[in-house]
Amino acid sequence: MTGKLDLDPALVARARELARRAGQPVVDLARSHTTVSVERAVLRLAGVTGADPDGIPWVNRLVDAVVADVGLGHGVAVPVFDALAREGVTDVTLLAQKAAAGSVRFTQPTGRAATAARSAARRAVGAGIRRIDRRRAERDRLVKRHGDPAQRPWIYLIVATGDIYEDIPQAQAAARAGADVIAVIRSTGQSLLDYVPEGATREGFAGTYATQENFRLMRAALDESSKELGRYVRLTNYASGLCMPEMATLAGLERLDMMLNDSMYGILFRDINPIRTFVDQRFSRQVHARAGIIINTGEDNYLTTADAVDEAHTVTVSQLLNEFFAHEAGLADWQLGLGHAFEINPEVPESFRLELAHALLARELFPDAPLKWMPPTKHMTGDVFRGNLLDGFFNLAGALTGQGILLVGMMTEAVVTPWLSDRDIALQNVRYVLGAAGGLHEDFVPAPGGFIRRRANQVLGEALDLLERIGEQTLLTAIAEGTFGIMKRPADRGKGLAGVAAHEADYCNPATEILEAAA
Amino acid sequence: MSERSERTGQHSSHALTTPRSGGVSKQIVRPYGDTTGDGMVQVSFTLPVSHDKRAEGAAVQLANKMGIDPAMVVHAKPMGDGFTFFVVYGRVNHLVDLGAVQVVERDFALLSAKEVNTVVKQRLRRKLSVVGACIGTDAHTVGIDAILNVKGIAGEKGLEYYRELKVTNLGAQVSVPELVEAARAEKADAVLVSQVVTQRDAHLHNTREMSAAFREAMPAGRRPLLIVGGPRFDETMTDELGVDRIFGRGTTPGEVASYLVHALITQRKAMA
Repeated sequence: MTGKLDLDPALVARARELARRAGQPVVDLARSHTTVSVERAVLRLAGVTGADPDGIPWVNRLVDAVVADVGLGHGVAVPVFDALAREGVTDVTLLAQKAAAGSVRFTQPTGRAATAARSAARRAVGAGIRRIDRRRAERDRLVKRHGDPAQRPWIYLIVATGDIYEDIPQAQAAARAGADVIAVIRSTGQSLLDYVPEGATREGFAGTYATQENFRLMRAALDESSKELGRYVRLTNYASGLCMPEMATLAGLERLDMMLNDSMYGILFRDINPIRTFVDQRFSRQVHARAGIIINTGEDNYLTTADAVDEAHTVTVSQLLNEFFAHEAGLADWQLGLGHAFEINPEVPESFRLELAHALLARELFPDAPLKWMPPTKHMTGDVFRGNLLDGFFNLAGALTGQGILLVGMMTEAVVTPWLSDRDIALQNVRYVLGAAGGLHEDFVPAPGGFIRRRANQVLGEALDLLERIGEQTLLTAIAEGTFGIMKRPADRGKGLAGVAAHEADYCNPATEILEAAA
Repeated sequence: MSERSERTGQHSSHALTTPRSGGVSKQIVRPYGDTTGDGMVQVSFTLPVSHDKRAEGAAVQLANKMGIDPAMVVHAKPMGDGFTFFVVYGRVNHLVDLGAVQVVERDFALLSAKEVNTVVKQRLRRKLSVVGACIGTDAHTVGIDAILNVKGIAGEKGLEYYRELKVTNLGAQVSVPELVEAARAEKADAVLVSQVVTQRDAHLHNTREMSAAFREAMPAGRRPLLIVGGPRFDETMTDELGVDRIFGRGTTPGEVASYLVHALITQRKAMA
């Protein structure tokens, strides 16, 4: 702790302990359940690829067939590899095709057949995880060769045309203009699809579909840019929604570098079943840990629904929970892009000092995490001139408080999807602030007993109170009662609940076994 | 140019009112920079050309064609490969006739989330219940989710975000009987149905089936408000489809919420 806010170490330790207590029952729940998406991710690691003529991936068809015969609770790996041996098929995708045609029956084997199926599944899944390992090593080599950005924060820019072939030149232009991280926004509603679309896509709603082929195309394009620019340009997508574990897996296989991955976002903002989310979360974080991917959590979203001053402490609580869940899944501090945002109403007196207090609190609580700093959206009105000023203050707050990843704010937020010129003006804004004041965090130490220190300590105190209250019930109850982002989400409701099952005694998931053995 | 020469020098009043035959008044204004009648405007745009003298000339040409003359290119900046961004100030020679302004008025007032909550709380004195679904085989929940989910669309929060609305989103591929049953169970004040797929007019058939089912299942006074939305609907077909309102492409949650308040509370009370 650098001690710029004079936080009481005993209180900070207490906050972490309370977060652990609130999170542990959720981890236990996640360890004793599986979901269709976790099982599909296992099959992707085992080598199932492609989709049927209607575009439904073979992993979906295969999991559906296994579930119809033996249910979900044993895990699909053993029944699938048992069937593979019985049918004398060597290719899992071919088995999926046969299963979809109804010509394969699945059983849960016992005795020697079970042992054989387990070890075959483990070999196949192990090969998939080694592919992820090779991609990680490849990233390390490329970062070494091309180098990291010269400055912190890394500059994070969004591209979203709906057409991957239009996204590519835009992303490359953005990288040339100074972006260190490119995020390809997903098509609206993809998070609620219970399958991952296939192939290169040219049509989307306010975003581009996340597919394995789109991942590959964009990563290859940014590898070219990295070479050209002499700095490794990172690529981001979304491990969220109903296919979170598969998204994480595909990101690992295609060497994406960051993934949006929040422990509660899907529950609160997409009404996805809480248990489904927590189970999918844990698996996806284990994959991210293995793949060397930096996660970005979604605390900024709370502030778009709730008041950024009154509810500042819910951001801190969520960061602490996200940190606990991340560590438990094996992620290291350098992989925790914990989120927060500049969303206080600019009409509130001292709004900038409040922003500094909140941003510095996050910085001091998580000194080794990169922290994802999100720009104003809620109070961007269409007055682009005022918006540009607000973005300048946002950038300044980022420089003053040593943020790790800065999502570039657009003055045309809430007006249009960013134009070429909007992006250029926004980057000019960032460059000016970082050029003029990039090192100001060295000098910026709020006065003892002053406004900023008092405010930061007050927010920490409120966060502790909330964590104490959550500890008295459980996290699931707190979510059900609407503690975060004002939404009430009971554990027996929400989308994707049908795809959840409790583990049977003989549940087998070779991917989790391998990932946990390493951790 | 004729308009300009005609009006130049008329600095005597900030809005000219010229009597016209038929007694309709003509109110002429022009943009204001720092002097009445100076017609000054500022615009910015990008041209897909590299920055050089010719590019600046092209910017002046565009400004002239927009009616800005003389046009001053005050800023020109190259962006990436083959693009230049311009800021242009100049005098626009177009006139605005306030008497001829035609505005299509929405038949209900657009309210903020806070205003919607206040009206529901004070005048309905209970939560307003909304049930939404994609009916038939349509699995495209993009539309209904954009309107209902907290996430919303284009920076606007969905109806779930409204404290005084009780939202039940049944999701995709809901059968009409299921929808009617859910509307009954939730005591729905309004039912929102989203239809994206239009093959063989599926959206129209499904909507008619839905409205007929509600007519059959509930007496007129007790039936929820029926609202259908989707990118391919004709907003004027309400009677034909048996629904109360149709929302087309680009509808925001705020518009839907404002309409609900208008149709279920403000208008109903006014008629009572």
